[in-house]
Amino acid sequence: MSKTISYGPARLLPGEQIRISTNPDTEPFWQAAKEHRLTACQCARCGHFRMPPTPYCPECSSTEKVWPTLPGTGTVFSYVVCNKNPKNGEDFIYVPVVVDLDGAPGARLNANVTGCDAEDVHIGMKVTVEWTDIQDGWVLPNFRKV
Amino acid sequence: MAWAHQDKTAIVGVGATDYYVRGKSWPRTINDMAGEAILKACADAGISIKDVDGFSYYSTAGAGYLDKFDTASLMETLGMPHVSFSATLTSGGGGCVGAIGLATAGLMNEDCKYAVTVMALQQLPQHRLGVVFGAAAPSPENSFLQPSGLVGPGHLMSVLARRHMHLYGTTQDAFGEIVMATRANTHNRPKAVRKAPLTREEYETSPMLADPLRRLDFCLETDGAVAVITTTMDRAKDCRHKPAIVHACAHGGQREWGRAFAWMGMPDPHFASSGHKFTADRIWAQSGLSAKDMDVALLYDHFSPMVLMQLEDYGFCEKGEGNDYVLGGKIRYDAATGRGVNGGVPVNTHGGNLNEAYIIGMTHVVEAVEQVRGTAINQVTDCEFALASGGPASLPVSSLILRNA
Repeated sequence: MSKTISYGPARLLPGEQIRISTNPDTEPFWQAAKEHRLTACQCARCGHFRMPPTPYCPECSSTEKVWPTLPGTGTVFSYVVCNKNPKNGEDFIYVPVVVDLDGAPGARLNANVTGCDAEDVHIGMKVTVEWTDIQDGWVLPNFRKV
Repeated sequence: MAWAHQDKTAIVGVGATDYYVRGKSWPRTINDMAGEAILKACADAGISIKDVDGFSYYSTAGAGYLDKFDTASLMETLGMPHVSFSATLTSGGGGCVGAIGLATAGLMNEDCKYAVTVMALQQLPQHRLGVVFGAAAPSPENSFLQPSGLVGPGHLMSVLARRHMHLYGTTQDAFGEIVMATRANTHNRPKAVRKAPLTREEYETSPMLADPLRRLDFCLETDGAVAVITTTMDRAKDCRHKPAIVHACAHGGQREWGRAFAWMGMPDPHFASSGHKFTADRIWAQSGLSAKDMDVALLYDHFSPMVLMQLEDYGFCEKGEGNDYVLGGKIRYDAATGRGVNGGVPVNTHGGNLNEAYIIGMTHVVEAVEQVRGTAINQVTDCEFALASGGPASLPVSSLILRNA
C-alpha cells in the first residue's frame, strides 16, 4: 500500500503568485532576505530563537531582538508532497518542507524544496537556501537539496 | 483531584438538521438551519425555547468559516425572553466539546438555567474551508506559512502525519483502516453522507491529495446545524430523556503545541501528535479514570491520522504504537456484541467526520449523548462513559467525558 509514487522534479511555486505582508516584528527578516541573507529572530538577552518573529521572547520576556546571519543551511524536519498549484488548481508538483535551520536551534522555516525529485525528499535531508523573487520586490527563502 | 463540577450538569437535549453535501443546503440560510437545530434540541429536552437563557459557543462564535453567531439576533428572533450568559471559547473547532464545560461554568455560576451550544455550517463556494487559508491575504504571521503552498488543513496535517511515519514507522495502511473501520458504522444511519462500505481497494485508489494523505483521509465537507442543551442536574431530572451527565471537561493546551499549524515549531514528540496530551491528562486527573475505562471514544476526525495520534495522546495505546493498535482492529465496533474488538474501545460509532457528517465536531457530542442515554444507532452495550474530543487544531483543543445516569 505504501508504494512510492513517481512524481518527478520538485518545483518551486512561481514567485509571481506569492505575496507577503510584514509588521515591525517581522520586517527585519524580510529586509535581510532582500539581501539574500538568511536570518532568524533571536532574543538579545537570553539568546533564544523564535520564528515567526514575535514581540516577546517566550523564555525571558525581553523585547530586544538581534538578527544574526545564519549559514543558510538546514535539515528537513517534515514535508508533504503536493500536486496542484494552490493558485489555479493546475497540475504542479511541489514539496512544502519544514526546515530546522542550522545555527538557530528551535527555529524553523516553511518553504519549498527543489533540486531533486519529489519522491526523493526525506526527513533528515540536508538543504541550502535558494532565493525566489516574489511580488512587491520581496524575496522568499526556499531550499535546494545539498 | 476530582473536578469541582463533576456530575453537576448534563446535556439534556440534542437537535440537528439533515446533513447536506457541501453547498447543497441552499436556499436554506445558515440562521434557518441553526434555528432548526436549537428548536429541535429544546423539543428533545422537553423544554421551550423560552426557557433557554444562555449561549455557550466555541470557534469564537463562528457559524461555519465566515459567518458569526450573534446572540442578540438569535435570542430576539427565536423569542427568548432574556439572555443572561453569552460566551465563547476562542479559536476554532478544537473547542467543540469544551463548550460544554463553558456552559457548565455559566450554569454553576447561576448565570443561566439552560445553555445552548450550536454550530451551523454552510459552505457556499466562497466559504469553502479547504481553501480558507489560501484565500486569505497573508498576514505577517502566515507570510511564514502560506508562500510554501501549505494552504489547506490537509496539507498541514500531512506534515504531522509524515513526521509520525518517520519516527514510529506508522503506515498508510493504518490511516486506511481508520477510514474503513468508521465507514463500517454508517450503513445503518439514515442521515450519513457516506453509507456504502469501503473496500481496501477503493481506499488505495482514492486520489493522493497531499502525500501521504488521500482524499478519503480528509473529512467530508458538509452543510447543516447541530445544537445541544446543557443544564444543571436538578433541572435535568425533569427533562424528557435520561441526562447525559458531564463528568469531566477541559479545554486548553500546552506551549509546545502552541500555534501548531500556524507555526510548525512544535518539538518532538509534540509535533507528531494531536496536541491533546494536556487536556487528556486534565480529564483523567479530573475523573480518576483512564482510556481503558471508556466504553466508546468519539474522536475528532477531520483527518484520519489525527485519530491515530489522539489514541496515543489519550492513552488508548502508548506513544508510537497507534499504527499497531489501529491495525489490530481495536477501533472497530462489533455490532453483534455491541462492544469493541480485540480488547479495544470502539471509535466513532457514528461514522465521524470522515463518513457521517462534518459539523465542526458537534456530531461527536450528539453521539456521546446518545451512547450514554442508551439510544445510539450503533449502541455500545452498557455504555457508562463516553469520551468526546475537539481538535486537533489551534489551541484551545478540548476533551469531554459524559456518564450515564
